[in-house]
Amino acid sequence: MRYVVVPWLFLIPILALHAFVVVFPAAQGVFYSFTDWRGIGEAEYIGLRNFEEMLFEDQSYRDALWRNIQWMLFFVTVPFAFALFGSSLLAKVRRGAMFYRTALFMPFILPSIVTATIWRYLYNPRFGLPTLVGYEKALLGQSDTALWSIAFADNWHFWGFLMVLFLTAMQGIPPVLYDAAKVDGANRWQEFWHVTLPGIRPVVLFMLMMVMIWAFLVFDYIFILTGGGPAGATEVLGIDIYKNAFQRFEAGYAAAQGISISIFAGLIVSAFAFLRKRGWEI
Amino acid sequence: MRARPEFFLFKKQRESRAFNHVFLSILVVFSLGPVVVLAMNSVKSNSELGLNPLGFPQEIRLENFGNAWERGEFERTAKNSVIYVVGTVAAELILGGLAAYSLARKNPPGANFVMIYLLVASTVPIWLYLVPLFFLWRQLGLLNTYHGLILIYTALNAPFSIFLLRSYLIGLPVELEDAARVDGANELQVLLRIIVPLAWPGFLTVGLVVGLGIWSEFQVALIFVHKPDMFPITTSYFKFTDRFGRDWAMTSAGAFMMIAPVLILFLALQRRFVEGLTEGGIKF
Repeated sequence: MRYVVVPWLFLIPILALHAFVVVFPAAQGVFYSFTDWRGIGEAEYIGLRNFEEMLFEDQSYRDALWRNIQWMLFFVTVPFAFALFGSSLLAKVRRGAMFYRTALFMPFILPSIVTATIWRYLYNPRFGLPTLVGYEKALLGQSDTALWSIAFADNWHFWGFLMVLFLTAMQGIPPVLYDAAKVDGANRWQEFWHVTLPGIRPVVLFMLMMVMIWAFLVFDYIFILTGGGPAGATEVLGIDIYKNAFQRFEAGYAAAQGISISIFAGLIVSAFAFLRKRGWEI
Repeated sequence: MRARPEFFLFKKQRESRAFNHVFLSILVVFSLGPVVVLAMNSVKSNSELGLNPLGFPQEIRLENFGNAWERGEFERTAKNSVIYVVGTVAAELILGGLAAYSLARKNPPGANFVMIYLLVASTVPIWLYLVPLFFLWRQLGLLNTYHGLILIYTALNAPFSIFLLRSYLIGLPVELEDAARVDGANELQVLLRIIVPLAWPGFLTVGLVVGLGIWSEFQVALIFVHKPDMFPITTSYFKFTDRFGRDWAMTSAGAFMMIAPVLILFLALQRRFVEGLTEGGIKF
């Protein structure tokens, strides 16, 4: 008896708290997504009405989803390119390695509000970075540049984290493989492509999956830098849900939108699980 | 005859390192540059900032910090943030530590299920439960309270903390615990006298990572705390830049005060930060 009761006594407090904060509201969310609930009062069952509206009528939902997909395309390429470049350079360096790693990782520990403040300044059309190249338009104030500018600021904060993950994985590659590549006369690029990248493939693929899921959750940087503007040009799903739930009080509809994000996340995980079954080593 | 190719190889290797150092230095400038600009702007006057927006300050003015501290109400919001951080870290280490110990050493029936639950839970998108959670918290009167926010933070960080502490505890030798038990120690005594003294580096790592996360947290605080009296430093700073956005020197000083303690801790304990953050993996 002691061997069952005591261990579970240790487990229950935090599991109960977690269930109360995450699982219970998630279940409520599923329930509310089939209602016209406005956050207070009675919720009336309206079947799939919210989902119909979301998929077939709500243009702002479709626009927001497309922006999340653009965000995803940015984040599966740019930070990965930065991180692969940085980590493959750093893996070969001994002198100053600790300094480089610390310096390149540092932006990752900054709060989103500070990163956003720094980049709001750097993007400033009057005295920010654009003035150095004679470009005097507001990067955050124009529809066609705002989303990418925010993504780049987020990337500045994020890529060092990826780099350290890749670097750790690279240290596990047997040096003999590099010796063999050298004997075969491989150049820098061939070495990266045939030795380094296959060696860290599991981490790269796992992080690709995580980044794709995260791309649907983005909120902080956009909320802080543009709040979804200018003219809705950066309104992603997170911003849309926030406004529906807390400004328009369409809690039922916001819950349905939240479920749609979970479905996208589930699809991404399933796709990777499927590929793994197919023999992709993830 | 044989010396030549070796010499050649050596030389080639040195050249290639130089290539690495050049590009790594460029990346370092990219990563540190914006923070250096922030630091320099925090000691400029606004008139100098207009003329010299990205360069070194001509003279150092420290009054920006005092102004930001006053008008940004940092005294109150920093205190609030410390309460959120300390409360969450304490709850996390105690409750998460108990759970991790149970999973690492007791292997109770259902332990595998708990691990799978935590793994799935840590990838559930926050938007699935955030909206209903807000209305639940409102109903329970937990909005705008310290414990209301601490409960959410503790729950959201639980999977990460339990995983990391569990893997740390598994790596510890079990003999000492058995010896203590033979001497008649009960479970709690074993935990407090044997496990905690041995496993403190693991607890420290979790504390640092969770604490950093709460200090920086924005989204949940934005939604669950509306009373300025209860704002943590992040959402309060957001309102502050909204009001004084044009005063770049002062807002830069405010931002720098927010990150100074983080930077000092990071430089002092960076190995732990990096390991904790990357081993957690599934965390932003």
